[in-house]
Amino acid sequence: MIRPFAQSSIRRRLAVQLSLIAAILSLAFYLIVRAVAGQAATDTQDNILAASATSIADALYAEQGGVVLELPYSALSMLGSISQDRVFYRVIVDGETLTGYADLPPPEPDFATYAYRGEPVRAVAVRRVISSGGQAVEATVIVAQTRLGLAAISSSISSTAAAVGIGFFLFATALGLLAAQSALAPLNRLAQSVKRRGPHDLRPVKAETPSEMLPLVAALNNFMARLKASLSQSEDFVAEAAHRVRTPLTIVRTQAEVALRRLEKPDDKKAVRAMIRAVDECSRSAGQLLDHAMVAFRTENLLTDKLDLGDLTSEVCSHLTPTAGLKDIIIRHDLPTTPQPFTGDPILLQSALRNILDNAIKYSPADSEISVSFGGDTAYEIAFSDQGRGFGCADASSLKKRYSRGINVGDVVGSGLGLTIAEAVARAHGGKIDIRENKEGIGACVLLILPR
Amino acid sequence: MRFAYIAAIILALAPNAHAYEIEGRHSYPTASGEVTLHIISTADINVFEPIILAFQQENPSIGIEYISASSTELMKAISEEGAVFDLAISSAMDLQTKLANDGFAQPYSSAATSSLPQWAVWRSLIFAFTQEPAVLVVSEAAFSGLPVPNTREDLISLLRIHPALFSARIGTYDVRISGAGYLFATQDSRNSDSYWRLTEVMGRLNAQLYGGSGDMIRDVASGQLAMAYNVVGSYAASRLQEFPGIRIVQFEDYTNVMLRTALIPTTATHAAESGVMIDFLATLTQRPALTALTSLPPISPRALGENNANRPIRLGPGLLVFLDRLKKKNFLEN
Repeated sequence: MIRPFAQSSIRRRLAVQLSLIAAILSLAFYLIVRAVAGQAATDTQDNILAASATSIADALYAEQGGVVLELPYSALSMLGSISQDRVFYRVIVDGETLTGYADLPPPEPDFATYAYRGEPVRAVAVRRVISSGGQAVEATVIVAQTRLGLAAISSSISSTAAAVGIGFFLFATALGLLAAQSALAPLNRLAQSVKRRGPHDLRPVKAETPSEMLPLVAALNNFMARLKASLSQSEDFVAEAAHRVRTPLTIVRTQAEVALRRLEKPDDKKAVRAMIRAVDECSRSAGQLLDHAMVAFRTENLLTDKLDLGDLTSEVCSHLTPTAGLKDIIIRHDLPTTPQPFTGDPILLQSALRNILDNAIKYSPADSEISVSFGGDTAYEIAFSDQGRGFGCADASSLKKRYSRGINVGDVVGSGLGLTIAEAVARAHGGKIDIRENKEGIGACVLLILPR
Repeated sequence: MRFAYIAAIILALAPNAHAYEIEGRHSYPTASGEVTLHIISTADINVFEPIILAFQQENPSIGIEYISASSTELMKAISEEGAVFDLAISSAMDLQTKLANDGFAQPYSSAATSSLPQWAVWRSLIFAFTQEPAVLVVSEAAFSGLPVPNTREDLISLLRIHPALFSARIGTYDVRISGAGYLFATQDSRNSDSYWRLTEVMGRLNAQLYGGSGDMIRDVASGQLAMAYNVVGSYAASRLQEFPGIRIVQFEDYTNVMLRTALIPTTATHAAESGVMIDFLATLTQRPALTALTSLPPISPRALGENNANRPIRLGPGLLVFLDRLKKKNFLEN
């Protein structure tokens, strides 16, 4: 089935349909008024013509064996008083023309319109029986008038009707547009309220909607509920899986370290060390997956604890100093001594800071420096600068996406979740992550920006 | 020999061998002479000549052929014989109306014609350009010591009181031969019942019947008539200086005002120039010097309003009633 309007806007369809209806009604109004007015004008003319013919017929009388007519002045002057139309009359008695225009044909039926002397005329016939010389004779009085005055009346009424019709059409179309606008307003409101939502906002739509839209809204809410359930199910699954993998990994690592101490051959030691490193990476990835799931869960019901950002940062730094030490990396932190008050979820913030710093350690070469500094006037800017390889030329915003990594990291094991977690936390607190190349030329600088 | 002479005159007067009779023919050619407007008119040439000359001063390229005829002959020429004229000017409003009603006139409209009052135009076919009241002309000598009547009732009682004084000394139109007389008489009969009593009184006093206003005015001035009833006012006014002993009375009960009208016959060959002439006639009000020359009062609602009794005869189908064959017969019998 072809639906020509399936793609076009509802408002345009409504407006077009309403204006079409208005046009049809206006046209009908115009035609009806014109017909009624024309009929009324014709009736008026017929009445006057009939009155004129009757007054002539009344003036017929029998005299000396013949029929005589005393044509009343008013009979013709009454026709002249309403319009400047030409007037013709004829009196026929017993088949003979008594007076008047002998070639004026009798109308068939008694009221008729026909052409006479080059113009359409309206003619009326009135019949009388007159007793003349002891016998009844039939007299017919015909009065005809041109239709100039009638045409003038009709055309003036027609043009008034046309003007009113056009006015009505324009008015109705304007009202139709307004009606279409207002009928679609709830739809626009709903669309706006859905559009305004954040990417992770899957709460049901609660905006007030007209009853016609309730099924749509209900379907939308139902769909979002299923989506949310499905999302949280998969997050739960990932968290569960990560959790379950991490514990055995810890056991494997401990066992591997125990085995390493027992081994003598350098080749064997090397292999087990590699195994331990792989287990570490694996465990780290599982941790990040857990972090990510936790972030997704916690940002939904964000805690608002009062905390000190400076303390939090230095805590994370000291926590990761041993990891950095394995690669002979020095974490130089230049943190303010005054309190840096902030309201938020300490566990999330910790996780964000840890992931950024962990990333920096991971991509820094051995025996290098990572500096952590505090800055910013209108917002907190916690900057992590390393001397690593930077991010290559990858698009900064794409780096923050899940499982996305820089283009020059092929040789380092990583999940690509670190910056995603940091970004999610920053957003949840109304801040953001900014990535730029280090000012000194080498390495990268990641800024966690949070509102003051 | 004598017949041949008459025939020569008729042929000279009517070169196209018309059946209608004309009274005079006057040519006003122009130097360029491209267009000649043929006018048939009931007005005497000496009344109309100043208008023709003034018109040609403004329109030097239009020549004029002026044919004067009686109103019935004018009617016959156009309606029965299809004579070719560019303009028909007549004081017989009923005949002009009949010509227009029966389709012998063609429409014309311009700024000048639309400036005319409504009662001076009918259907863009007939255009009035003068308003001429019907008046009573009295001899001052005959009325010395008598009150001059101001209404028809006054006149009737005056005639009844002094029958000897007015016997055979009242003049009026012969309605059988004068179109204007018939028009005034029929309008009188329509306007009041006193008209029939007046005619009765005048008939008993052996009223004299005339074919034209000029003769009546002359006879009043000479004292042969004491008064003349239903004289065309403009003629009387133009003769006041010539005949100081006459006086014009406008009745206060009502005064019929005849409109001199022009129409363009369908046979016209120079309808555009006829329109120029009609515009000229319609704007006579704006040419006081010219109207003083012709003594034709131009259409002026203001002048008409000065006398409340003035009733311009209404153009329109009402006038056809009195032209009805039977009606006219009955009227004349009465």
